[in-house]
Amino acid sequence: MNTTSLFVIFISGILVNNFVMSRFLGICPFVGVSKQVETAIGMGMAVTFVITLASILTYLVHYLLLVPLEIEYLQTIAFILVIAALVQFVEMVIQKSSPSLYKALGVYLPLITTNCAVLGVTIINIQESYNLIQTIVNGLSGALGFAFAIFLFAGIRERLELSNIPSVFKGFPIALITASLMSIAFLGFVGLV
Amino acid sequence: MKFFKIVFNGLKTENPTFVQLLGMCPTLAVTTSAINGVGMGLATTAVLIGTNMVISALKSIIPDKIRIPAYVVVIATIVTIVGLMMKVYVPELDKALGLFIPLIVVNCIILARAEAFASKNSVIHSMADGLGNGLGFAAALFLIGSIREILGAGSWFGMSLFGEAYQPALIMILPPGAFLLLGSLMAFFNFMGSKKSAKKEAK
Repeated sequence: MNTTSLFVIFISGILVNNFVMSRFLGICPFVGVSKQVETAIGMGMAVTFVITLASILTYLVHYLLLVPLEIEYLQTIAFILVIAALVQFVEMVIQKSSPSLYKALGVYLPLITTNCAVLGVTIINIQESYNLIQTIVNGLSGALGFAFAIFLFAGIRERLELSNIPSVFKGFPIALITASLMSIAFLGFVGLV
Repeated sequence: MKFFKIVFNGLKTENPTFVQLLGMCPTLAVTTSAINGVGMGLATTAVLIGTNMVISALKSIIPDKIRIPAYVVVIATIVTIVGLMMKVYVPELDKALGLFIPLIVVNCIILARAEAFASKNSVIHSMADGLGNGLGFAAALFLIGSIREILGAGSWFGMSLFGEAYQPALIMILPPGAFLLLGSLMAFFNFMGSKKSAKKEAK
């Protein structure tokens, strides 16, 4: 392992294999919480934090607990429990240390548990048999990619609110078609790594 | 009789994909071909029937305050069982769906039905609800998978449809095609819905 491979993981996580645009992870918050740029940024930050921590914790759980006991098939159950506990813990810490951030994130914090990007990235880390540093880089870059995509998308959707759209396309359909065009743009990064 | 009514309700009136807008990630990700869509839909149906029945049976035992973590544990257990069975009986499908089998755990349809239906109704009715919603999800995935496969690869369930001369629109089986098709389908259903209600008003 060297710094080049870490850099490749990082770039591929943000641009080429973007969670939302090419892996289809975390679509629910992507369309649910992207009506305003401000909440989108809050969501992106919270998800980044949770995914990075979850990557480290599930790595430790997998290699220190599941592998020695030879119960790797319980991976899904163990990981979702770790993530649920982690989200609860993060919620309590933010509530005590920074009430203003807690208020801004509101209901989106507990919903991160069911964000499939979190469980998805932890399983990908194990599947690709990354070591601890690669795991952290992969989690962080994937999460930053998610934050980047939801921020761009929210910016476009704020504009869409003001434009004249045929009534059958209003709301969800036009949002999906916008996402499609963004996804085409992200396809342009494919040759990068 | 009510059993069939609940099944039909989940299948059409409250279709999880097109009406409730739940479970978007697998809907977009695995529908590159008709067979993948059907496989994912049936796997989710199996999980939904199982979780709905178990949660409905346990509803008086699970304390209200910790019901969500309890549900998640039940769901994760059943997904693991279904995943292991798929690995043995349909290894090729399991490989094609890959990551999205364990991700059924965080499919919002499952938790939504557990919370909205199974925690309030009898075991038999919960089973009907799981079956109906699961089949509704499978039907939506089958529709999207079929259109994407026919347009994007010129085949259906792996059979070539148009012969050599057909130039497949590759974009349809790439990620943008999924967003585009789902958006267009929803606009189409909106259009049909508005036509229907306009007819009713004219009467």
